[in-house]
Amino acid sequence: MKRLFAALILLASPAWADSNLPPAQWADRQLPDPKQEAEAKALMEQLRCLVCQGQSIADSDADLAGDMRNMVRTRIASGQHPAEVRRWLIERYGNWVSYKPPVEPATWPLWAAPLILLLGGAWLARARLKRGKP
Amino acid sequence: MSRAVRFVPLALLLLFLAFVAWRLTVPSDTTIRSKLEGKPVPAFALPPAIAGRATFGSADLATGQPRIVNFFASWCVPCIAEAPVLRDLKAKGVRIDGIAVRDRPEDVAEFLKENGDPYQRIGSDTQSSVQMTLGSSGVPESFVVDGRGIIRYQHVGPIMPQDLDRVLAELEKAK
Repeated sequence: MKRLFAALILLASPAWADSNLPPAQWADRQLPDPKQEAEAKALMEQLRCLVCQGQSIADSDADLAGDMRNMVRTRIASGQHPAEVRRWLIERYGNWVSYKPPVEPATWPLWAAPLILLLGGAWLARARLKRGKP
Repeated sequence: MSRAVRFVPLALLLLFLAFVAWRLTVPSDTTIRSKLEGKPVPAFALPPAIAGRATFGSADLATGQPRIVNFFASWCVPCIAEAPVLRDLKAKGVRIDGIAVRDRPEDVAEFLKENGDPYQRIGSDTQSSVQMTLGSSGVPESFVVDGRGIIRYQHVGPIMPQDLDRVLAELEKAK
């Protein structure tokens, strides 16, 4: 019976429960140094929650997001650079975990798109402006 | 403006609708896989999950034989469904180490009493830090680690009976 129940629960994804432990020390507490806290906050807003994908870890209430905030604040407090912390996570979860896409061959259309659109727009506008001349 | 050019916006719209229909019928896979497959287990150490039970760290994984590192938790419902399969694996001689994520010793003990104890060693990861170290994003999750301490395979979610063959094959490959 218990096994059947467990199998049924598996079908309902929101039921993947939360733990009984309280949040980690730095999950919901600001660092005493305002400069470090600002760095940590800026980084947390650019890191994706692994549970509620689509939210940043700064916005998510998931247990794992709290532990990730704790990890970010602990590392920043110990003197690590935000870029190092981001790289550490990317090594494990891929670029997916960061909201800031890197410049690399696979992402060049993303970075080039604004420029291409702007040039295309200028070209269209040029044709129209020329026609408008008396 | 030539006749053909006039249909370009319509063609673009149809292309867009086709893309939407495709993504609605085949949703993209949201599983987050660890990028550490094929790489050595990063360094970590864990306190014991239960007083008196052996724990382990990354250095204890290179034992010459492949083993499974299983992330679980007493508060994790799919872990209950996975428990009988882990017992099966243990009966087949597979060595399994457990990592209890965000858990209390008394809850872990209760969970093992109710669902069986397939673990050789159990460590406690109260702040999910080892979970992040291995690139895991939830419970349950299992890693096949070979005898040299290299991660060979990651299984996301509970190992269900239908996954048993795959996991055993990966263990065999890791020998």
